[in-house]
Amino acid sequence: MSDPLLRIEGVSKHFGGFTALNNVTTHVNPGERFGLIGPNGSGKTTMINCVSGLLRNEDGKIIFDGKDVTDLKPHKRTGAGIARSFQIPRPFHTMSVIENLMIPAEFVGHHRGEKTDDRAEAMEILETMGMADKAEDPTTDLTQIELRKLELARAMAAKPKLLISDEAMAGLTGQEVDEVIDILFKMNERGITIIMIEHIMRAVMRFSQRIICLDAGQLIAEGTPEEIVKDKGVERAYLGSTDDG
Amino acid sequence: MKYLFEIVCVLLIIGIFVLTQVVGNQFYFFIGFVILQYMVLATAWNILGGYGGYVNFGSAGFLATGAYTSVALINFLDIGLVEQIIAGGAIAGLLGFVTGYLTLRLRGVYFAIATLALAIILETVVAHWDYVGGAAGTSILPKRKPELFDIMVVDRKTGIFANYKEFLFFLMGTVAIISVWIARYIENSKLGRGLNAIKDSEEAAECMGVPTLRLKLIATTISGAMMGVAGAPLASYLTFIDPLSAFNLEYAVNAIAMPMIGGTVSWMGPVIGALLLGTAQQVSSLWIQSELNLLIVGVLLVIFVIIAPEGIVGWFRKSRKGSRG
Ligand SMILES: Nc1ncnc2c1ncn2[C@@H]1O[C@H](COP(=O)(O)OP(=O)(O)OP(=O)(O)O)[C@@H](O)[C@H]1O
Ligand SMILES: [Mg+2]
Repeated sequence: MSDPLLRIEGVSKHFGGFTALNNVTTHVNPGERFGLIGPNGSGKTTMINCVSGLLRNEDGKIIFDGKDVTDLKPHKRTGAGIARSFQIPRPFHTMSVIENLMIPAEFVGHHRGEKTDDRAEAMEILETMGMADKAEDPTTDLTQIELRKLELARAMAAKPKLLISDEAMAGLTGQEVDEVIDILFKMNERGITIIMIEHIMRAVMRFSQRIICLDAGQLIAEGTPEEIVKDKGVERAYLGSTDDG
Repeated sequence: MKYLFEIVCVLLIIGIFVLTQVVGNQFYFFIGFVILQYMVLATAWNILGGYGGYVNFGSAGFLATGAYTSVALINFLDIGLVEQIIAGGAIAGLLGFVTGYLTLRLRGVYFAIATLALAIILETVVAHWDYVGGAAGTSILPKRKPELFDIMVVDRKTGIFANYKEFLFFLMGTVAIISVWIARYIENSKLGRGLNAIKDSEEAAECMGVPTLRLKLIATTISGAMMGVAGAPLASYLTFIDPLSAFNLEYAVNAIAMPMIGGTVSWMGPVIGALLLGTAQQVSSLWIQSELNLLIVGVLLVIFVIIAPEGIVGWFRKSRKGSRG
């Protein structure tokens, strides 16, 4: 087994007196499809914010691709190969769909080449998403599922090694969920490691090779989908939570 | 044609020069200077406010920094106008950088309030700084020790310009055109696209590889420097300066209103806004008090925010698109 792509070592995050993440340690292997589950407010997005750098963890380390990125700004981490989508879509709303993709293409680009190449690559990403015909549309015209896809497409345009999808499927219909899962599978086949955060169990279970479960900022379970389904702690966390989960 | 815009810029500068040679009525240069000054100020504001989405309420503070840098240097070294403009731009640019650095964590309305506070602090400092005239102000005579360069440039008989009003008008016109060129350049550059991303969502921009802090600092520095350049000749223009005129509320209000009315998405917006609003104000100020003038700006702003929130440029673009599709 090769070294993990991402190592989260003893990471904690507090908001005032509230502990959102409590000494979480885990890792994600290269090429892996990794699921992150947990009830509402359990700290999933917080953990992703710490990995992408929007939040600084107070304790612990984030090691990516063999390098300690704990003190790096988010844009540097994106440059190193971490890209994410946002749970609540945050498109660049004054730009067209393809312009949204051109931002990471231009800024993360390792001065690879011509702008025209960036555009062609962006178009290719949109094609795999089935959004090529929307390329020139303003993002304000997009539907909910298109906005979710745009989040993923934009993250893909950063050419990540690790793609983190934060609830890309919430609120979508069953058919749309399958569509998004297919897209994520396709990306994974291209060698991109994927962390999927999801409430829709059917989706995570089908997609993930390995899953961790957070509850109140604690890592309470780690294992294959089969192991997670049987895990008593996970069951308790979901049943015990006041939300419908 | 690749350099069409640049050629037009050069032609405009030549045109402005010709105007100073053929137009005899000094009144036109007197009001023209103010409109051009506003064009620079509005263009400067728009680089940070229009492209980057950071609303600077303290434009008057940056403009006054340029103006008072000139005053201090006139007193200290008796330097000429061109040097004043360079120095004023440099100091105000530095102030922009520092402001950007100190306020980089502030977003939205908090940033706006911080810039307003900065202007108030600067005004208080200047009002207590006797070397530049303090609260009472000071008179500025155009260059007490005229040098060869100045005699060549401004002299009724031998100079290129017959008097300082013409020279000031030409300088501000040149500065305005260069400012607009810079704004247009930024708009079509990586910096401009990055600032747009910041405006739309700073966190998404940062996560998509945009070095948000660096771009914001570049924007605050360039914007501040341009405002300082707009203010540097103010003392020479008014021949008298006090904190009240340099930190005038009209500057802060117009710097925002002109781009908003013209349209913030394009370099054309501030230009159109400054031309329309600036001309209207200058003409109306012949009959109306300046306080009423501000009221008119306020009313116009409200009207535009309601019926054309993207300004004149945005309204034109939309109606063109609408008629096509
Ligand atoms: N910036 C913040 N300031 C204060 N509290 C926060 C902040 N961000 C998150 N929290 C709190 O931390 C806890 C974990 O939030 P987080 O968003 O990580 O949960 P989550 O697992 O992503 O939930 P969901 O499934 O609803 O998206 C919540 O109680 C939330 O209120
Ligand atoms: Mg979340």
